[in-house]
Amino acid sequence: MLRQPRLQEALRQDGSDLVGLVSCAEWTGVSLKLVLQEAGLQPGAKWIVAEGADAAAMTRSIPIEKCLDDAMLVYSQNGERLRPQQGYPLRLLLPGFEGNMSVKWLRRLRVAAEPTYSREETSKYTDLMPDGSAREFTFYMEAKSIITRPSGGQRLSAPGFHEISGIAWSGHGKVKRVDVSVDDGKSWQEAQLQEPVLTRALTRFRLPWHWNGQTAVIQSRAIDETGYVQPTLAELLAVRGDNHYYHNNAIWPWRIAADGEVTNANA
Amino acid sequence: MPTRELCIAAFVVAALACATCAQAQSPYGIGRSATPAEIAGWNIDIDRDGNNLPAGSGSVSRGHEVFDQQCASCHGAKGEGGVGDRLVGGQGTLATPKPVRTVGSYWPYAPTLFDYIRRAMPQNAPQSLSNDDVYAVSAYILNLNGLLPADATLDARTLSAIKMPNRSMFVGDPRPDVKNPACMTGC
Repeated sequence: MLRQPRLQEALRQDGSDLVGLVSCAEWTGVSLKLVLQEAGLQPGAKWIVAEGADAAAMTRSIPIEKCLDDAMLVYSQNGERLRPQQGYPLRLLLPGFEGNMSVKWLRRLRVAAEPTYSREETSKYTDLMPDGSAREFTFYMEAKSIITRPSGGQRLSAPGFHEISGIAWSGHGKVKRVDVSVDDGKSWQEAQLQEPVLTRALTRFRLPWHWNGQTAVIQSRAIDETGYVQPTLAELLAVRGDNHYYHNNAIWPWRIAADGEVTNANA
Repeated sequence: MPTRELCIAAFVVAALACATCAQAQSPYGIGRSATPAEIAGWNIDIDRDGNNLPAGSGSVSRGHEVFDQQCASCHGAKGEGGVGDRLVGGQGTLATPKPVRTVGSYWPYAPTLFDYIRRAMPQNAPQSLSNDDVYAVSAYILNLNGLLPADATLDARTLSAIKMPNRSMFVGDPRPDVKNPACMTGC
């Protein structure tokens, strides 16, 4: 990336990856905790520095608490061996953490007392705040949701019944509730969650809706099991400003025109 | 610093080894200890204090030559950026609406420069530069940012001693920091 885009600028673009920056799959592997027990951790082991076998030998530092919790060394995804672009033959998997830390093509783990302060974790995956300070080691992805139907690029065929459906997730655990608004945020209704609701996994929500054929803005907000509520973009910008990128979890609104066309309401 | 290596051989998860742990600790008895020589062959990590920086040195002037040959085509003749990141300038812009994040304005630790250039640059041939040339290019980039005199030579000691201007501006993760009251009606 040539430069760090500003958040609002990125959100105005159609097809922006800021809708999600998320993936969810069925992973098979070995608990990293088991491997570390086999190796034997010494007192003072606080971080593990993971290095990939990519051309840049990318390194990220992971707190030992995560390594001894739900971190995995995985070799299969969705029932087949990892594909080359997904990190074959072995990669880290850190559920709920920013994806860059799930180092692909894993070739080395170094147990250390301190982070390595690599280029990625100092200059790239840090969040610049309005006062010029920068947050480092911001690992968790907070609760987020998006409506996938109707969504940008689609068109409602005619007024009448349309099910609103989307996905929600949280790096901090299970999704507890998803609310949906069909009147530009003036009122909200609780959507139905599709079982099973799994921790740190995509959760489908649905809400039946009768579209009256007039312009509308629809949006969803996720609430996770910690009680955290997905913020609006205005709430997020008011605290964090506009010069960060990777941890945007703001509510994503879609605009529905009178002819049924669905577009990005941030544009 | 207690440091331990797990060398995970490609294809075989079971072929892990650690340097100092006793086999008796190992519930499954898998693998063997990696030798110090094996670890040294793998470990090129440089931490923020410059630990593990190799011997060697490089001057700003030599770095200028290397930069012109190896770096300028992506990063610009003076590090102003191109298809690659901008490397120079931006000091004083981070708290403005248009911050410019560069090595000079943003990076907290100078040894990270050596670590990253050696492991990842140039993009078409990572880990092809000599240690002396990595020191030299690091010196030139720091010089372009006003952080090293034009006649300076950089080595493990002098690189570790450089205090980057933005070093004190990094803070921990305060989240959750944004509150949504979850209004249901009349919002």
